[in-house]
Amino acid sequence: MEEFIVAERLTKKYGNINAVDGLDLVVYSGEIFGFLGPNGAGKTTTIRMMTTLTKPTDGRVHINGFDVVHDACKVREVIGVVQQHISLDRDLTVRENMEYHARLRRLKPAERKKRISELLDYVGLSEYADRMVDALSGGMKKRAAIVCSLIHNPKVLFLDEPTVGLDAQGRRRLWDLVRRLNSDGTTIFLTTHYIEEAEALCRRVGIMHRGRLIALDTPLALRRKLGLIAVETIVGNRETHYQFFADRAEANRYVQSLPPDVGTVIIRESNLEDVFVVQTGEKVGGG
Amino acid sequence: MLDTIKDIYSVFWVDLRNLRHHWRSAIVTSLVQPLLYLVAFGYGLGGGVRIGEVSYLAFVIPGIVALTSFSTSFNGAASKLQIDRFFYKSFDELLISPVSLYSIVAGKTLIGTLRGSISSIAILLVGMFLMPTLEVSPLFLLALFVSCFVFSLFGVFIALVIDSHHGMSTFNNLVILPMTFLCGTFFSLNELPEPAKVALYILPLTHASQSLRAAALGYPFPWLSLLVLAGFGIAFFVGCIVALRKTSV
Ligand SMILES: Nc1ncnc2c1ncn2[C@@H]1O[C@H](COP(=O)(O)OP(=O)(O)OP(=O)(O)O)[C@@H](O)[C@H]1O
Ligand SMILES: [Mg+2]
Repeated sequence: MEEFIVAERLTKKYGNINAVDGLDLVVYSGEIFGFLGPNGAGKTTTIRMMTTLTKPTDGRVHINGFDVVHDACKVREVIGVVQQHISLDRDLTVRENMEYHARLRRLKPAERKKRISELLDYVGLSEYADRMVDALSGGMKKRAAIVCSLIHNPKVLFLDEPTVGLDAQGRRRLWDLVRRLNSDGTTIFLTTHYIEEAEALCRRVGIMHRGRLIALDTPLALRRKLGLIAVETIVGNRETHYQFFADRAEANRYVQSLPPDVGTVIIRESNLEDVFVVQTGEKVGGG
Repeated sequence: MLDTIKDIYSVFWVDLRNLRHHWRSAIVTSLVQPLLYLVAFGYGLGGGVRIGEVSYLAFVIPGIVALTSFSTSFNGAASKLQIDRFFYKSFDELLISPVSLYSIVAGKTLIGTLRGSISSIAILLVGMFLMPTLEVSPLFLLALFVSCFVFSLFGVFIALVIDSHHGMSTFNNLVILPMTFLCGTFFSLNELPEPAKVALYILPLTHASQSLRAAALGYPFPWLSLLVLAGFGIAFFVGCIVALRKTSV
């Protein structure tokens, strides 16, 4: 697989805060890469540096072989970005926003028209094209933002927390769209603080905590390192203890060895949240 | 070159589209203040007063046109850019596009220039109706257009360096409002003590009102003021680029 995004010792300092602290990371062409981490972990800052919006304090990023600082123009040609917050002109229609993006990307008028109707079709927004962005639901607004970021056919799409605030159905439809884009050849770099989202979508996951990458692998490999089976024992209805085992047989042997008065015992598959908690002693949702 | 012009137009295009939704109220609100000044100062206070050879009304109309060009251009450019940055958050989309920082600044200046030009010409028409002896020469229109462009650049610059809505209204009250009253818009600077005069000549609006008044009343045209105004324009433009370079790559 070809290396598409390469970050080396990437660092951003705001005063004495290290928002991103010496990040080394490679994202391969064609994959869906997920950046998982709690609020303030440095996910958005990383994306902003990768997408030429913020200057790194130190370190480097190359995308498609070009340095994001020195060859920003070359990088901008191949990236599409969907910001954490909707970044459209909300008093214009979806189509007007698309036309604006197409103009900024210097598409010719005929090309513009064709591309806009193609894309509207692709994401299922055709009937909403002439509605004001402000009048759309949250899920539709997200789609509108995505459709604008795709106007120049980027090779990699950055999605910063794409499903925050969407209902279950909206979230699944967005996941389907991301998968479809990926299978049509777009590399995806997304951030999330939803474990299920990372597990459902991403080939590889990087876990970010206080500006540092604390784990990086496929979800299965990360779980395997920890143990695929988790045993939760709830002691006296207050404290929960976690133990991890390679397989169910081992977990069962452990449960049988527990004293009879132990209280509730839960045996389940481990997940990325367990990986995160063990690595940091904190929950992904914060705390 | 052609690409640059197209880029600048693309940046302007979205602001134009946005203005389409509320252009009537935008024009009307920008005219309220200058019309009130015209009535209160031109007729109310200055009714029988003469300044040199001309009536106070003839004296004050070019000043009010300058003031309109100043506040409408400044606010037109600054408010849209602040909305883009903090409300729509769409300014990032511009920074991420292949459009150069120079084209971004130039493009973002045009909406203020347009709004300023429309409003000051509207006030000018009212003024010409009240005072048909005013000379609206090509030189007057040149000075007016340069003023609108420079004040609009000023707005873009301030909207780039001030990072909050609160900061913006503070700036409006502490800098913009005093300027509209003091910069030779309502009274002649000749009456002032030397230090005050020097202080006021440091401000760009003074040069706009001097140029417009001279052109309208047929005084010798202060080319130096027009040049200083252009100098301010260049300084604001450079300021915008520096401000943008500081954060984005
Ligand atoms: N412009 C800025 N000025 C100062 N500090 C900043 C700035 N942007 C981010 N930070 C700080 O950098 C750290 C990382 O922020 P970042 O927005 O990258 O986190 P995140 O992982 O995207 O979080 P969230 O899930 O809340 O979006 C935070 O401590 C934040 O306060
Ligand atoms: Mg974020």
